[in-house]
Amino acid sequence: MSAFYIAVSVVLLLTIVLGLGHVFRQPGRAESLLAALLFGSTGVALVLVLGQGLGLDRALDIALVFALLAAVLCVAFVLRGWPEDDSKEDRKP
Amino acid sequence: MTALNVLTGLLLAAALFFFIAGTVGLLRFPDLYSRLHALTKADNVGLGLTVLALMLQAESWTEVFKLGLIWVMVLAASATVCFLIGNEAYRRGLTPWTTLHAGSSGRESAPLELGKLLEPTHAGCYDETKGRTSA
Repeated sequence: MSAFYIAVSVVLLLTIVLGLGHVFRQPGRAESLLAALLFGSTGVALVLVLGQGLGLDRALDIALVFALLAAVLCVAFVLRGWPEDDSKEDRKP
Repeated sequence: MTALNVLTGLLLAAALFFFIAGTVGLLRFPDLYSRLHALTKADNVGLGLTVLALMLQAESWTEVFKLGLIWVMVLAASATVCFLIGNEAYRRGLTPWTTLHAGSSGRESAPLELGKLLEPTHAGCYDETKGRTSA
């Protein structure tokens, strides 16, 4: 069963890497914020499944901290860190 | 115990489907709004299914409660953050993608009324500082 958990977490890691690779190729600072959102949901699931597969009891606390940090990071970016001259058109029609 | 394991495996497989769907949406959707949508909706369903699968394997009620708490927290956070990002992008005049844009790049175009309907008016946009957007 633990091999199955680890296989699932490898697939989750692959989806994160694919998403990150795409996000960093897009223009505009807002796109990199999507990376933080990706860690907030997929990253939390990755930590939970990996913790179950490896038998780590602390994985729940780590996942909780990840979720909190992603939320705080996104709010801080929108309120403070979003430059006004960010690219308006994120993909030319 | 084996029935529980099978159920856990099925739930995790369903969760993987939703996570992959969310990433495909992130890769393929045309603008910030729709990519935001893919990330905050599909991925949260995937996380919910993962949490359900792990709840079946939990050894104590404390773990079950904590797993549920994680999911509810991520749900609340991503709903808030999705609204904040979407509203701020709209306030700055980032044009939502319509099928009219696709028409100019060779794909099938939509009737004109739809394009007018989707044109950004900034009417429903919450704005506490009126002065910055009126330009």
